Amino acid sequence: MNDLTPPTREERSAKLKGLGTSRKRVEDARFTQGKGNYVDDIKLPGMLHGDFVRSPYGHARIKSVNIDAAMALPGVIAVLQAKDLEPLSLHWMPTLAGDKQMVLADGKVLFQGQEVAFVVAEDRYIAADAVELVEVEYEELPVVVDPFKALAPDAPVLREDLEAGADGAHGPRRHHNHIFLWEEGDKAATEQVIDSAEVVAEEMICYQRVHPCPLETCGSVASMDKVNGKLTLYGTFQAPHVVRTVASLLSGIEEHNIRVVSPDIGGGFGNKVGVYPGYVCSIVASIVTGRPVKFIEDRMDNLMTTAFARDYWMKGRISATKDGKITALHAHVTADHGAFDACADPTKFPAGFFHICTGSYDIPVAYCGVDGVYTNKAPGGVAYRCSFRVTEAAYFIERMIEVLAMELNMDAAELRRINFIKKDQFPYHSALGWEYDSGDYHTAWDKALEAVDYAGLRKEQAARVEAFKRGETRKLLGIGLCHFTEIVGAGPVKNCDILGMGMFDSCEIRIHPTGSAIARLGTISQGQGHATTFAQILATEIGIPADSITIEEGDTDTAPYGLGTYGSRSTPVAGAATAMAGRKIRAKAQMIAAYLLEVHDDDVEFDVDRFVVKGAPERFKTMAEIAYASYNQAIPGVEPGLEAVSYYDPPNMTYPFGAYVCVMEIDVDTGTHEVRQFYALDDCGTRINPMVIEGQVHGGLTEALAIAMGQEIAYDEMGNVKTGTLMDFFLPTAVETPHYTTDFTETPSPHHPIGAKGVGESPNVGGVPAFSNAVHDAFRAFGLRQSNMPHDHWRIWKIANDLGLHD
Amino acid sequence: MGKQIYKMTVNGQVKEVMAEPRELLIYVLREKLDLTGPHVGCETSHCGACTVEMNGMSVKSCTVFAAQADGAEITTIEGLGDPDGLHVLQEAFKEHHGLQCGYCTPGMITRAHRLLQENPNPTEVEVRMGIAGNLCRCTGYQNIVKSILAAAAQINAAKEAAE
Ligand code: FES
Ligand code: FES
Repeated sequence: MNDLTPPTREERSAKLKGLGTSRKRVEDARFTQGKGNYVDDIKLPGMLHGDFVRSPYGHARIKSVNIDAAMALPGVIAVLQAKDLEPLSLHWMPTLAGDKQMVLADGKVLFQGQEVAFVVAEDRYIAADAVELVEVEYEELPVVVDPFKALAPDAPVLREDLEAGADGAHGPRRHHNHIFLWEEGDKAATEQVIDSAEVVAEEMICYQRVHPCPLETCGSVASMDKVNGKLTLYGTFQAPHVVRTVASLLSGIEEHNIRVVSPDIGGGFGNKVGVYPGYVCSIVASIVTGRPVKFIEDRMDNLMTTAFARDYWMKGRISATKDGKITALHAHVTADHGAFDACADPTKFPAGFFHICTGSYDIPVAYCGVDGVYTNKAPGGVAYRCSFRVTEAAYFIERMIEVLAMELNMDAAELRRINFIKKDQFPYHSALGWEYDSGDYHTAWDKALEAVDYAGLRKEQAARVEAFKRGETRKLLGIGLCHFTEIVGAGPVKNCDILGMGMFDSCEIRIHPTGSAIARLGTISQGQGHATTFAQILATEIGIPADSITIEEGDTDTAPYGLGTYGSRSTPVAGAATAMAGRKIRAKAQMIAAYLLEVHDDDVEFDVDRFVVKGAPERFKTMAEIAYASYNQAIPGVEPGLEAVSYYDPPNMTYPFGAYVCVMEIDVDTGTHEVRQFYALDDCGTRINPMVIEGQVHGGLTEALAIAMGQEIAYDEMGNVKTGTLMDFFLPTAVETPHYTTDFTETPSPHHPIGAKGVGESPNVGGVPAFSNAVHDAFRAFGLRQSNMPHDHWRIWKIANDLGLHD
Repeated sequence: MGKQIYKMTVNGQVKEVMAEPRELLIYVLREKLDLTGPHVGCETSHCGACTVEMNGMSVKSCTVFAAQADGAEITTIEGLGDPDGLHVLQEAFKEHHGLQCGYCTPGMITRAHRLLQENPNPTEVEVRMGIAGNLCRCTGYQNIVKSILAAAAQINAAKEAAE
């Protein structure tokens, strides 16, 4: 073969590195050399540093604040209090959930670590010293950290700012610490079926308060340029455009005068969706001082004050026929929202998408109700690597299935199989109002069970139990099953918005004359590798190699408006916008090609990286040639240039699913565990970059391991956070983390332009029940029905002890 | 606490910095020497994002005082590889998808670099033990371990070829 042989179709296609290729990440050269640019790496001339005076109490009235000593320290520029923010109406701010939150303590504090005053100084050390010098006098008030006790008639009033008896953002409040009751489904019909059912299982399941804890904490740098009236705000923002709009609404600065930039983000996992007092204070401080102001949380600030997740107490009742056909599901949740309702959910869904809690099963009738409650804990309620309370829902149903299997004395894998929604039922309308787009659960399930030799494992387990009873071993074997259905890609603008902003997303593409391109999106990567994968989508759509496409996100001055990256929405929404914008490019390119080839528009067709004359593939114009012509040749009836923009409002969510099996050895005497095998089959529709998908699955499973086996934001009765450092808050190291086996099936989404569904969060959604079910399953033979997470060594030991296994 | 001059060799260059004795090494590196590769994840020695090499040992620079680093020989991520070529470890992390958000990566690679000098031919378990002081929230470690093992194999193969 000589050099003049034209490349084959396959060679041309491989060169694009488009959909389905494990393309290496373009981000990595920078990151591996320490050349990332995270918010704390930003240095501006004259920059000051801010730090907070925080409340040591869970609930207290502020009697006085004395800043004299702090102000006297050389290098201290300002100390801001609520009264300084009040003239700007910034001492409180709206939350994403329709409530409001104190930016700085206004008369009282409601949780430990709450922001009381903001010190601004020349450097961090001076700021930290000054924080120590601010004297605050508190009067302690009674603390409530238990959401059930918070609803007692005589519980202390937490939110004195709310008018007694007045409705909240989501309807009537029936108690001074009640936020909302949110309901879905047919309550009466559900109760009727359950009350007359052959078999009913009932359980209270707690999903403990946890925290996303990305390795990089939250932070911002605000720079108000008083000369031209422009505010530039850099920060750890998963939704930079929303931050710009909110900043404009709050500050009164016109939106065109605000530029928000999300630089590289060191992991988000939901932590960086919200707007936090530190951001607001850095803006105000910059306006006041006329100098840039940086605020970076330390790890304790992060764990104690920003963005907890979960804290759901879920009471379930599930009914079935004697042979295991599920007939109804009833769920009631007591949701601890902390001191302010700052949940990051689409505004119309105060409990997120918890009503996906019928899971992968065809359940004819269901009801769920969620009561939101105020307590003396930090606000938040973010979707920690999940889509708006889907993790809670998946854990709930996957635990209820296990409990029902015990009640029925049935194998839990079989119980799932006979209740799965069948392939031919899609699009499937669930009892709680969702339309599942596509799925093939039986195929995935069978593949998973076969891969792990499920029957063999059950035999081994039975033999182990016998050996244990004979005193020959002190180890039990747990087989943790999970089949989850996620709901991601929020969402259709008609029902998903955040503070009124519809949850679409966007992509803008410019093709350069020489045939390379730049695309800008409304999302922002936090490690998901957007710069790599979005270029792949485009490469396939427009026939330009991914290596010749620059992807930019995160600068509101240049990127088109979008709602950001969380809830696994980037691929379903921005990925779709990318494909659609690419198709607009292609449509115009087709006209240009036809003109250049002197044929009718309909007589050319797209072929990998070119348009060819139908039936005469030797007559073609490559995309590079077309791009050049678009700028340099007068084509009648066609505007010069080759650009497109697409705002994509998805017609529906996407519903990724998966089948996970965790095999765990448990030492009854020490409570320690070892994950012997973890098999994860994910179906995320069309696979854009298998390498990146696998990496997302490994990461999500490890976060699931953390949550199931050790992670908790715990409070004592006084409202003290007991797990405010990485000493007490469990993050697994390489030693605790097992090896994972990944697998897949591919059921494309019928309504997504390329059939992709999103994957980043599935492994966390499905992983937590798989790990937790493994622990429960190990003790099933001894009657364990429910034990709350985290299953750390002490709690597992306690399970064994309570079951009399140490006697 | 008055400021003092501390002298250290950082990535092969002699540097003098004015700092208070209580200032942390990570702060000196990031704020005074503009080496922003090492990151801060906890400031309590738990996460390893701040890992650098000091006098031939991996240290967490968030818990080393500037005063302790006086006279020390220090290597940061910026000292591995050069603009034209990635270090074998950097290349391996890229090849095997050993990073996602990249925040742990400089510390992780710096630690791996020292690990491979301590133990040029580690097993998977030894790698896992060897990086247990470095947390990663994104990758689940599997591909990090794979990257380090691949780099070790490559370094060893190159050594053998040279012999
Ligand atoms: S910042 Fe030094 S160990 Fe975490
Ligand atoms: S790649 Fe994000 S913390 Fe390791």
